[in-house]
Amino acid sequence: MPSFDPHLPISNAPGIEGSRIHAYRVSDFGPFEQSVAFRLEDAIDLSTSTVFNSAKASGQAVSFDPLHIATFDKSTTSFNINPPAAQVESQRLPLEKNQQLNLVSISSGNTENWGESNMADASPRTDISTDADTDDKNLGFDRGLSIVVAASDSSDRSKDKLDQKTLRRLAQNREAARKSRLRKKAYVQQLESSRLKLTQLEQELQRARQQGIFISSSGDQAHSMSGNGAMAFDVEYARWLEEQNRQINELRSAVNSHASDAELHIIIDGIMAHYDEIFRLKSNAAKADVFHLLSGMWKTPAERCFLWLGGFRSSELLKLLVNQLEPLTEQQLVGIGNLQQSSQQAEDALSQGMEALQQSLAETLSSGSLGSSSSSGNVANYMGQMAMAMGKLGTLEGFIRQADNLRQQTLQQMHRILTTRQSGRALLAIHDYFSRLRALSSLWLARPRE
Amino acid sequence: MDRVRDLASTRAAVIFTKSSCCMCHSIKTLFYELGASPAIHELDRDANGREMEGALRGLGCNPSVPAVFIGGKYVGSAKDVLSLHLEGSLKQMLIDAKAIWF
Repeated sequence: MPSFDPHLPISNAPGIEGSRIHAYRVSDFGPFEQSVAFRLEDAIDLSTSTVFNSAKASGQAVSFDPLHIATFDKSTTSFNINPPAAQVESQRLPLEKNQQLNLVSISSGNTENWGESNMADASPRTDISTDADTDDKNLGFDRGLSIVVAASDSSDRSKDKLDQKTLRRLAQNREAARKSRLRKKAYVQQLESSRLKLTQLEQELQRARQQGIFISSSGDQAHSMSGNGAMAFDVEYARWLEEQNRQINELRSAVNSHASDAELHIIIDGIMAHYDEIFRLKSNAAKADVFHLLSGMWKTPAERCFLWLGGFRSSELLKLLVNQLEPLTEQQLVGIGNLQQSSQQAEDALSQGMEALQQSLAETLSSGSLGSSSSSGNVANYMGQMAMAMGKLGTLEGFIRQADNLRQQTLQQMHRILTTRQSGRALLAIHDYFSRLRALSSLWLARPRE
Repeated sequence: MDRVRDLASTRAAVIFTKSSCCMCHSIKTLFYELGASPAIHELDRDANGREMEGALRGLGCNPSVPAVFIGGKYVGSAKDVLSLHLEGSLKQMLIDAKAIWF
């Protein structure tokens, strides 16, 4: 008579091969000729699929081929079996804490044959719940425990379990394969677009070189790689600088060789037209990438120090020029003075507008997500905020345009106030000033660092 | 258009704006800096705002705001106003319209 649950008739059955249990080892288990020790993975698998169904506690003997094993009651039972005398494979079973297993106990029909131990022994780790009303226990297996887990009560169930496991594995494989294919596709697409970009760049480089521009190695232009608009502008600007250098040299030699006003006039007109060109280029660039212009990354570091709304400050330039342009007539002095004041006032007005824009943008982005309670309300709120913020960002282009207009018109006004020769000297002075700033930048970048 | 004209004649300097427009803020600042006290009409706060905006566009103002009138006459958009100022003409116009005195 089994010393525990009398409702579990057990019969010894040899030939476990007939069962569909995975890889178990047969070892001496006292009188029980074989033990069924599942491999861990299977045990864990078993835990996730409710393979084990509990039979009624009424003690139906569910026949298992070939083991007759009855399951416990519907309540899950955790049992730690460590029959000292049994030579059960000791395995680590890292089951999760709250894993619930419906386990089946193997009971021997002949406890007296259960080695020296009695299953009902109060060995501290023997904890077979014989209580049919055991509440669901967490499994909480210790690592060093050996577990003997019996198969389900029917071969069908084990078949289900196997199929489920296999099915799941197959599904996972399919998923992994799919993901791998997608990754590969994305990678290939990336390669294609990179190749395209590379060809474009090569063409551009070729064109630029043909025009006699010195293109340094990619290092210099790394910072302007922020999209086509930015890079295109940088290239155009470099070209523009080259041309301006040429024109200024022509002007300088004309001034030094005391060329006539008429000759100077022609050269100066060319230079003024060339200034118009850069403002036109900037206008296009502002449409493509306003932030690139605002960042000043297309200028050298020292120039960037003085950056105002994407360029130089006309009022400052005039201040610098006044001293170098003497002698000026009274009228010219007044004119230049007024021009300086007007440009200053205009710059201040634009600066204030920019500040208002910043404040407005900040307010838009920070305004309450506290108000709305519903999540859909929050989303709508967020999107509304973003839409508004987008609108405000759009006005930046307008500000840069006005700032450039200011610069362009200051130059034109200055040209009108001054005589030809004075204009010539002014343009040389402006160019020299910026040249020195650029040279300073180069020196700075090349400075020895400890 | 009539409404625009009417409002534009109420004071020596009149600026049509929108409350959210920051360039309008710049032009207003410039006028205040010059000592003028322009009348400000916010189109988005006016019941007839849409029509008025259309009328301003019809005058050639692009963008529609800010739109500046001095002495009842249409002067232009932000760009026009700043250009006039650099030329030195804006101040004179304001003086002529008695918006400022010096």
